[in-house]
Amino acid sequence: MSIQQRKNIGLEILAVVLFLAYLSPFVIIFINAAKPTLQVIADPLALPENPSVFFDNVWRILNDRTVAYGSSFMTSVIVTVVSVALIVLTTSMAAWVLVRTKTKTSSFIFMMFVGAIIVPFQVVMFPLISWLATIERTLGLSGTPFRLLGNYPGIVLSYMGFGASLSIFLYHGFIKGIPFELEEAATIDGCSRAKTFFSIIFPILKPITITVMILNGMWIWNDFLLPRMVLRGGRHDIQTLPIAVAGFVGQYVRQWDLILTTTILAMVPIIIVFLFLQKHIIKGMVDGSIK
Amino acid sequence: MGGKTGKHTPIFFLFLLPVMLAFTIIIVVPLIMGVYYSFTDWNAVPGTPINWVGLENYFVMFSDVSFLHSFLVTVAFSLVCILLINFIAFMFALLVTAKLKFAGVYRAGFFLPNLIGGIVLGYIWFFIFNNAITAIGSTVGSDFLAMSFLGNRFTSLFAMIIVTTWQMAGYIMMIYVAAIQSVPASLLEAAQIDGAKYHQRLRYILMPLIAPAFTITLFLTLVNSFRMFDVNFALTAGGPSGLFMGQALWTTELLALNIFNTAHRFNDFAQGQARAIIFFIALMTISLIQVYFNKRKEIEM
Repeated sequence: MSIQQRKNIGLEILAVVLFLAYLSPFVIIFINAAKPTLQVIADPLALPENPSVFFDNVWRILNDRTVAYGSSFMTSVIVTVVSVALIVLTTSMAAWVLVRTKTKTSSFIFMMFVGAIIVPFQVVMFPLISWLATIERTLGLSGTPFRLLGNYPGIVLSYMGFGASLSIFLYHGFIKGIPFELEEAATIDGCSRAKTFFSIIFPILKPITITVMILNGMWIWNDFLLPRMVLRGGRHDIQTLPIAVAGFVGQYVRQWDLILTTTILAMVPIIIVFLFLQKHIIKGMVDGSIK
Repeated sequence: MGGKTGKHTPIFFLFLLPVMLAFTIIIVVPLIMGVYYSFTDWNAVPGTPINWVGLENYFVMFSDVSFLHSFLVTVAFSLVCILLINFIAFMFALLVTAKLKFAGVYRAGFFLPNLIGGIVLGYIWFFIFNNAITAIGSTVGSDFLAMSFLGNRFTSLFAMIIVTTWQMAGYIMMIYVAAIQSVPASLLEAAQIDGAKYHQRLRYILMPLIAPAFTITLFLTLVNSFRMFDVNFALTAGGPSGLFMGQALWTTELLALNIFNTAHRFNDFAQGQARAIIFFIALMTISLIQVYFNKRKEIEM
């Protein structure tokens, strides 16, 4: 065996050990989600005596009113999908006209969006909530299915606003590289400008659209502070999964078997998505950070 | 004809309208309101008069020990996170770009925690620190491990650093991996044939060539650590309480949590808003300085 081969085996072993150590917290979570509460407290390192307890725990959480897993999951899906779809649509349109229009107004608007990338949610959250409530009252939406706070319209609108900067920036960079002649040819063929965008440009944007979808989707799915503020947490308000988990932990202090089961149920959807879309997700997140 | 023009066509306004509307309602207006409110006694209760108080909120903030403490802890937390995350991520990147059989699996594994939100991770690690590690400590007879990390102000901060590093290292690793893979293998091989040792190839060839990646990763880790909220909220909730300059306060309360608590715990929204403004300015300043320094370094290399 050559020195090189031996080195490679050594590296492989090192990698395996690091890999297992890195993921060991997940193992501990699974072990303890399969035990009754008292056993978790007594010996968190022991293997479960009766692994089927895990399914009992899952069943209890699925039927728990605080977590309301089914509806929280659906709320998370709806909020994420609708917000991402609207972000993709509105920011690609905006970025396209910003690239193709060479005026001072156009570059000012673009610079405004780029500048806003750094704005943290904290600096707008308090006024945002009170101002959304004012809009709600003024338009007479309070108490209707179209109310903003604690409901879909407000949170989707919030994500559209907060997702705009980075998405416009990414689309802008990509569209700059598309030759204008392509659009000219279409215009000569009698395509209207709007039709040119939707039938010719938008399909070309696919690679960057995937990046925009991944970056925004991951952020929105896992986000906590924004839904905590905008959805308020009232009895008639919708809740996303992270909010449901936090609510459950607040209520079931130290019932670790159930809390850990809840965290597992909250993690499972995104991990399944990752297994299928691994390449896209990694590429999207890396590309999004580099540009 | 519209197109690549110096004129504003109807399409220009039409296509900008939806995103401008959302952006104005969600960011522009609240930002302007926020700046104004920070100079008033606003309490977020509709219908109560709002009085101009000038710089009072800012004076109160800077004379409040808990805010200064929060600021210092956030800076310390961010500095350690930047170093630790980037060091581990770079080592991981070197490891998974070596010719290993299961490199793809390791990569995915190291990336996995990044998929999960800080709230869920915070609760998981609360259990790990409070129950699992303490159990290991009593089993092996280590007093240090047997006492929960979350019970002491220093180990508690360190616990947050561990979780943040665990969450971010895989993501940062991926950026390094992409950069390393873009370096032509022939360059490194040529150096190897010329007798350059591994660490020399690393220091004089690989690292200068991927300098732009360092700009990105340092920036990302800095910004993300500085505005950390979720892990802080779920893991320590700012605790344990302790003394600083003779005042009792929450010892691991980072700035983002301090802003949130100031408004909610004490119902002092104007004060919370003023803190958020300073938080924003600090974030902007650090980012600009950092980008400036890194751009300069890239050119030198």
